[in-house]
Amino acid sequence: MRSFKKISEYMEKNSLNLFESIMNMEALDLDCSTKEVFDSMSKRLDDMRMSMVEASRKIWTPKIVCNDSVKMKKYRAEKNTLSGDFINRASEIALSIATFNASMGRIVAAPTAGSCGILPGLLFSWEEHRGSQSKDMTEGLIVAAAVGQIIASRATLAGAEGGCQAECGAAVAMGSAALVWMECRKADQCFQAAAICLKSIMGLVCDPVAGLVEVPCIKRNGSLVALAVLSADMAMAGIQSIIPPDEVVDAMYKVGKSLPLSLRETGRGGIAASRTGIFIAAELKKNIPTLESNILNH
Amino acid sequence: MALTDIIGPVMVGPSSSHTAGAAKLGNITRRLWGREIKEVDIYLRGSFAATYWGHGTDKALIGGLMGWYPDDSRIRDAFTLADISGMKYKFYEELIDGSHPNSVRFVVKSKERNMEIVGASIGGGSIKIQEIDSFPVEIDGELPALIIFHKDKPGVVSSITTELFRMNLNIAEMNLKRKARGQDAMMVIEMDSKLDQSTLDNLKGFSHNYTRMFFLPPAREEY
Repeated sequence: MRSFKKISEYMEKNSLNLFESIMNMEALDLDCSTKEVFDSMSKRLDDMRMSMVEASRKIWTPKIVCNDSVKMKKYRAEKNTLSGDFINRASEIALSIATFNASMGRIVAAPTAGSCGILPGLLFSWEEHRGSQSKDMTEGLIVAAAVGQIIASRATLAGAEGGCQAECGAAVAMGSAALVWMECRKADQCFQAAAICLKSIMGLVCDPVAGLVEVPCIKRNGSLVALAVLSADMAMAGIQSIIPPDEVVDAMYKVGKSLPLSLRETGRGGIAASRTGIFIAAELKKNIPTLESNILNH
Repeated sequence: MALTDIIGPVMVGPSSSHTAGAAKLGNITRRLWGREIKEVDIYLRGSFAATYWGHGTDKALIGGLMGWYPDDSRIRDAFTLADISGMKYKFYEELIDGSHPNSVRFVVKSKERNMEIVGASIGGGSIKIQEIDSFPVEIDGELPALIIFHKDKPGVVSSITTELFRMNLNIAEMNLKRKARGQDAMMVIEMDSKLDQSTLDNLKGFSHNYTRMFFLPPAREEY
């Protein structure tokens, strides 16, 4: 099983930094070169960038929501925002890509399709903010993926199994670790940032209205980027999670498992079960073409 | 899970199981059929039937049947493009006990014969083909496979494996099923390497007990 502790031990034993250790461990696992590992992730970054560009090319219209990223863009351009350019731009990108996903756009699941806006939002807003190069961002993405690997191995990345904390929550923890790495290249602070995120989002339920990846999923992409940024700042300020990161992931898994089925992607609890949520689902149902039925008796 | 599984797959949204998985099921059906699909009936089962519209499952299935992979942006316009290409398709809802919650049955049609394929989307974009022409199978389409319908007779398996050995082709996994003793049977041999047409033609000549043999080409790299 992957763990933050194992990566730390590997780093110490081989006198390598976090990024190099992840690359080496992955190359060993896959029986390939570290260059191949780097290149495959660099390609993922290219695909993410493409999803950002495609998503902003026109106003996409999914089934329930409208394109809120346009409003964020206008607001950021015209007003003196509260949370600043970096977070506002990250939110705009995240909203835009998540909306694009709901409109059958080509995205990179990171770690899932429902949470696909968060990482590109953070990475590309950071790139504009700091004027950095894509090599740094590929390093960040690899650190993010390693955090996701630990969550996948000790817990789950599926909303149906662990709730939204496993999808958007994981994306936020991954993105926060990536930000810390790109800013200061300190492994322990990456891990702390991930732990702070997961603790702050623990228990978040998966409750999509009408079962569609739109409400509340898209706005969660757009708002949770802020948690990643602030957790990164907290970690870089030297704040430590009292509970070790591995134990936080284990706790998150147990919480996910104990969520009732209605709050795990069934569209039957939480926001989906609100009066308006139920109404929207019923209205949508009217649009669905009825299929001819075929009854098979085995 | 590899790092590229965590950051990935690259796919057309919105759902890995209902969109990406559906495209994969269509795609593997296209590869099993081995040529352009002109006409197909599609029977949606379980949650595929319940939520297909919201997740674009229907478009993804059609896109896959057109030979596209789950990251193909054309999936959004699959109906229009299928109409232009002249592919005839019809969707049904199928009520059946005990099927996988996200599954589909395809009946691919041609003048000469039909082919029936049942498959399920098992989560995170992974799929499993469960039946080919009423024979239970378990194929995920990752590896190239040799599929042989034959008579349940002694020596059929060895005739094929001997020949594969002679050509130095390694078998990754193998599955054999029969309907009844001495009756119709089916073999699925998943391989580590591709077979070319001449090898396949060569194999076909080896036993008069083979009724049908075809090759499932491997998926494009990454899918």
